[in-house]
Amino acid sequence: MKHHTISILVENHAGVLSRISGLFARRGFNIHSLAVGVTENQSTSRITIVAEGDDRTLEQIEKQLNKLIDVIKVRSVKGVELLSRELMLVKVNCSPARRSELIAIAEINDAKISDVSESTMTLELSANEMRLSAFEELLKPYGIKEIARTGVIALQKGTGSL
Amino acid sequence: MSKRMTAAKALVKCLELEKITAVFGYPGAAICPFYDELELSDCGIEHILVRHEANAGHAASGMARITGRAAVCVATSGPGATNLITAIATAYMDSIPVVAITGQVCSDQIGKDVFQEADTTGAAEPFVKHSYLIKDANTLPETVKKAFYIASTGRPGPVLLDIPMDVLLSEIDFDEDEYAKPPEIRSYKPSFSGNKLQIKRVVDTISESEKPLICVGGGIFHKDSFILARKMAERADIPVVNTMMGISAFPNEHPLCHGMIGMFGKPVANLAINECDLLILLGARINDRAVLAMQERNLKVIHIDIDPAEIGKNLPASVPVVGDIHAVLEQILEQLPGKRHPDWNGFLSKCESEQNSLKPDVSQTSSVNPKAFIQVLNRLIPGDTVIVADVGQNQIWTANNISLGEGGRFLTSGGMGTMGYSVPAAIGAKKASPEREVIAICGDGSFQMQMMELATAVQHGINVKIIVMANRRLGMVRELQQNRYRGNLTAVFLDGSPDFVKIADAYGINGGYLNDIKNTNQALITLLASKKPYVLQVNVSENEGSVL
Repeated sequence: MKHHTISILVENHAGVLSRISGLFARRGFNIHSLAVGVTENQSTSRITIVAEGDDRTLEQIEKQLNKLIDVIKVRSVKGVELLSRELMLVKVNCSPARRSELIAIAEINDAKISDVSESTMTLELSANEMRLSAFEELLKPYGIKEIARTGVIALQKGTGSL
Repeated sequence: MSKRMTAAKALVKCLELEKITAVFGYPGAAICPFYDELELSDCGIEHILVRHEANAGHAASGMARITGRAAVCVATSGPGATNLITAIATAYMDSIPVVAITGQVCSDQIGKDVFQEADTTGAAEPFVKHSYLIKDANTLPETVKKAFYIASTGRPGPVLLDIPMDVLLSEIDFDEDEYAKPPEIRSYKPSFSGNKLQIKRVVDTISESEKPLICVGGGIFHKDSFILARKMAERADIPVVNTMMGISAFPNEHPLCHGMIGMFGKPVANLAINECDLLILLGARINDRAVLAMQERNLKVIHIDIDPAEIGKNLPASVPVVGDIHAVLEQILEQLPGKRHPDWNGFLSKCESEQNSLKPDVSQTSSVNPKAFIQVLNRLIPGDTVIVADVGQNQIWTANNISLGEGGRFLTSGGMGTMGYSVPAAIGAKKASPEREVIAICGDGSFQMQMMELATAVQHGINVKIIVMANRRLGMVRELQQNRYRGNLTAVFLDGSPDFVKIADAYGINGGYLNDIKNTNQALITLLASKKPYVLQVNVSENEGSVL
């Protein structure tokens, strides 16, 4: 199923997220990931949703979102103009003897070492989804204890804005 | 100039400024501050006490559909509000402007599962155009203003105002002049006129078509746009069909009008859909029951609707036009040339008269043929009568056979199919238009979901007439079980139902029975002459089909 990245500017007040997630649930649209945060303007939030579906579903999603009174703007960001990132924290098993190996892997992948303990190491990587998955694969042999991902956030490349 | 008053009083003032003359409701602890002010104020707002909160919503819906303006229903927190939700959902599915006001427990108690607490905005969320939980009393006037604005503009729909008791009791500054200003909602700008290029394409597409067909839906009643639709149909000689929500947009006798499409529609209307080369949808969303085989065909479709999300949702549109139906039809009429389609219209008229020549069977003397009954009703009622059909076989019998004249109006719960809609909606419609005859037609199943509202009609002197098509069955489900479930009839027998005329009598109003079609004239004359609500129990054969 095709993935679409939808950027939604909404009023920043209580209950808005539930209206949006409720709309996805009741109309049978699948959410692949969802991220929310306040924008440069305190009164608005940006919700980035990666949704699954064909083009007709995407059209309905956009139209239905636009009907919500709290939604200010909706845009699906596509192809070359899509600038998207996701942040992942991965805690892997790591004995002191293997630390240097993991530090090397982190360096090659532009990841940061966020935390080290006696038996674990937590790495942090901000990248697009494909690179995150590749990084995760790379770490699997060490034994992944936990992963937390923020969900995709996106902007348009260039001067354009929502 | 602003005045100091409780938010509850400000709410009453807001309703007055919205020119609300009647509200339908049911009190309770959380909403009491509002009732206190409603009683004390010298406002012109009448409170109509329903006997179940859902019926407050249906009554408001009936009123809104007749006035074309938002109407108000009121309930208390918890069960009052949850009872109201079916009516809110019913209004939502049919795009009716209703402002629902519910009491809520005190703001500091919210989320603690206190007595009569329910997450009303959460529970109603899928069924409202918008909702507000008012936490700051100072924002109450502007929020009420927004609620009316949102409910009645764009694609109309219900808006919920959930107000905690302590908020209603708080003192605020209320400024009438401030209230009169148009509301500012940056994210809500409903479109009005249609795109000029698209209008041109509409006109060209109609001109090129050999067999065009107009299908009108519930949206056509917006600002009486059916008048413009008639002009359009007449000028370009285009035959017309309607959805269930579009019944009465064209008087039945109109030569271009061929009735209702869909699963239970008229054969000639469905034939027209199957034969046309261009379908022009005016304020119709075309749901699954109406759409039938349309998707299969590579049919050209002009879809005119206020809601962009409806265009292309169930049926791909070749010429989409988003806009207010009244404005768009005016734009089209500025350009649309006259045209004749004698063969196409002749074909449909011939099919229709062949179908109409099938006379209903009236040989029975112990039960009444519903089609024959409604044909007699058609002859006796004034042209501008409001008919409110309930849900079930009674709805289909009425929808397919009722014939209203100029100014007549047919109401029903089209989208949601809510049983128990007709009597409360008739009460609301009668309140909106007391000079017109308002008749609810329901079944013996649906009547038993709403007969408590006889008390409302009696108490408030609202002279609605009720026709109960009684067959001691849940007829539509019975028919479904007959046809699709090997005749395994389950849970459709209404044994134990009361004598509805005795029920009427218990409420202090008159009623009558009709068993033989020959007595229909007299029975209906008595019903129409009654100065009080009246219940006519029409006994119908249990084996009667929906499509006669």
